[in-house]
Amino acid sequence: MVEPLLTPVKPPFWNNPQVRAITFQVIALVATVAFGLYLFENTQDNLRRLGIASGFGFLSSPSGFDIIQSLIPYSAASSYGQVFWVALLNTLLVASLGVVLATLLGFIIGIARLSKNWLIAKLALAYIETFRNIPLLLQIFFWYFAVLRAAPAPRQSLSLGDTVFLNIRGLYLPAPEFQAGFGWVLAALGVAAGLVVFLVRWSRRRQAATGQQFPIFLASLALLLGLPLLTFTLAGAPLHWQIPELQGFNFRGGWVVIPEMASLLLALTLYTAAFIAEIVRAGIQAVSHGQTEASFSLGFNTGLTLRLIILPQALRVIVPPLTNQYLNLTKNSSLAAAIGYPDLVSAFAGTVLNQTGQAIECIAITMAVYLTISLLISLLMNLYNRRVALVER
Amino acid sequence: MAEVAKSRTPHPDLPPPASAVGVLGWVRRNLFSSPLNIALTLLAAYLLYAMIPSVLRWTLFDATWRGDSREACAANRGACWVFIRIHFEQFMYGFYPDAQRWRVNSAALLLILSAAPLFVRAVPGSVKLRLGLSILAIYPIIAFVLFRGGLFGLPEVETRQWGGLLLTLVIAGVGMAAALPLGVLLALGRRSKMPAIQTLCVTFIEFWRGVPLITVLFMSSVMLPLFLPAGVSFDKLLRALIGVTLFQAAYMAEVVRGGLQAIPKGQFEAAAALGLSYWKTMALIVLPQALKLVIPGIVNTFIALFKDTSLVLIIGLFDLMNIVHNATTNPAWLGFSTEGYVFAAAVYWLFCFSMSRYSQSLEKRLHTGHKR
Repeated sequence: MVEPLLTPVKPPFWNNPQVRAITFQVIALVATVAFGLYLFENTQDNLRRLGIASGFGFLSSPSGFDIIQSLIPYSAASSYGQVFWVALLNTLLVASLGVVLATLLGFIIGIARLSKNWLIAKLALAYIETFRNIPLLLQIFFWYFAVLRAAPAPRQSLSLGDTVFLNIRGLYLPAPEFQAGFGWVLAALGVAAGLVVFLVRWSRRRQAATGQQFPIFLASLALLLGLPLLTFTLAGAPLHWQIPELQGFNFRGGWVVIPEMASLLLALTLYTAAFIAEIVRAGIQAVSHGQTEASFSLGFNTGLTLRLIILPQALRVIVPPLTNQYLNLTKNSSLAAAIGYPDLVSAFAGTVLNQTGQAIECIAITMAVYLTISLLISLLMNLYNRRVALVER
Repeated sequence: MAEVAKSRTPHPDLPPPASAVGVLGWVRRNLFSSPLNIALTLLAAYLLYAMIPSVLRWTLFDATWRGDSREACAANRGACWVFIRIHFEQFMYGFYPDAQRWRVNSAALLLILSAAPLFVRAVPGSVKLRLGLSILAIYPIIAFVLFRGGLFGLPEVETRQWGGLLLTLVIAGVGMAAALPLGVLLALGRRSKMPAIQTLCVTFIEFWRGVPLITVLFMSSVMLPLFLPAGVSFDKLLRALIGVTLFQAAYMAEVVRGGLQAIPKGQFEAAAALGLSYWKTMALIVLPQALKLVIPGIVNTFIALFKDTSLVLIIGLFDLMNIVHNATTNPAWLGFSTEGYVFAAAVYWLFCFSMSRYSQSLEKRLHTGHKR
């Protein structure tokens, strides 16, 4: 008996990958849309039942509350829309200061972590392991409630050379007062910057043509510092420092950093710096040791090796996670709500929401702002990545 | 000339100079090798000198350990650990009724006993896998019944009475157990070839990654009631759990995606050539390799999640952070916030640090196959 040859059987249609793919996608889409509609219906229902207004009309009605820190003119008579801008600026202020400070501290600690000096390396390690393993909120609370709230009253302020004062109301810094003629100094700075650009180009061209080097760093520094200083002296020192003074029960004059801002900034900086330090360390270690050896064998000294060989390659590894940390810092600044620093979440998604009851609008606006910032930064990141990515043949 | 040559005769039998080896050599190499290094060493030594004695004095030598009221601490300048001792039970269990705390303790003991074999190297991997999966499947049910009660004659303890470290661990544990599988699914969806699934997953991931957790928690407390039909209300803890899980799942998805992208195409093709279906390819070939690659990332996400549990204080849950904060504002015990925060920080630090150390050792042990 000869078995009949197996004839190819057409698989049932439900095993056809294309049919399956389309079915799954249709099911997923329908389920998502249905879920969305269900939520929408419920929300409409609830809003009607609770008598909550909807729409963005509330943005133009007066807010009726004060904000302890605002960068633009604001009073209780201003609108909720104004509150939004004040809050947004406060968020951006603390985030941008935090980014700058955390980067500086993070790079210092990251490099210290790789130091050949055993003590310094271990100190940096201890810093990193301590600060990144404690919740940020706890750190903010520590600086706010345990340190700054425990600061002395204005009359017993801690002072640094009688110019900087710290008390329970905040940190008082001398404020610069620009007088007539300070414009000349700024103009001199601009001229110096222009000259430096010119000088850099010229020295590069000369080095390419003749091989002779020019002490470009020192020359630029001298230009950038010297020219404005000279103008400053010639214009008769048109800058006055307004020093905070104790009058009655409080200080007047100078710049005040409110305790909420100070503790938030301090905690954000210390916390993020620990992460940035690890990123910097990983980035520098990612450059293979052969690169350093090759550079030394070409006769570069340590400084040049670091600047021309290691850093450009390390930055390629460092920058993407670094931007991620900046993003994290910006989002983490929303923890301000826990100590009452008037940022976007605290003032807008908190106070305004409670006063108007328009939860959906307030939360949506807040989330949209953070989403916009995130997407913008990741867009920039992708552009940068494309520029520095290794070009392979 | 002959004498000079003679003086260069090597002497392998002599010991190396004392300044090049041993403690002295180490100190010279690592602390005093150059002027800059000497300056740095002195600076660091000064920093340590300025910090360590005062810290030690505050935490240990001048601290108060005995007594049961704040008056006991008045005599000493150091830390008042009495504050912690008095509130210790509260910090651990929150407002969980005294008489029922044995339930929490036995749940903790059960977890420790059943999970202990996972950390013993002699236990074979297949046993570990089965044990781990069964713990994941069964333990949450046992723990929930024990904590919540209302069954088998156990009196009911409402979730708002849960607090302290117990609540922190519940949120972290549930978050981790739920965020990992959800994150894997999202990552697979993002890598999927079906455009609709991919778009849905990308939107989901980017949305949650783009907003701060605090707004998610805000949303879960003020917007969720609006989304649900009238009369339906969620437990506050459950709302926090959903928020934390969805948020961390998005981060987990990105971590897992990194692992998926690192798997060579040959592996997918080989699995297809063997006739494995999509799910079998993923479960048997791709995910075991991909997850192994990203263990550090997964643990980092877990650590982040553990730290993020402190944010639930925003919506009024009394986790470790909030219960400590609450105790420091107790009028009878004002002025001990430093002690409270230091204690809470130590507890969080212990958990996070041991997690990161465990992941490092795991990473070393799993680093097989690619080593030559």
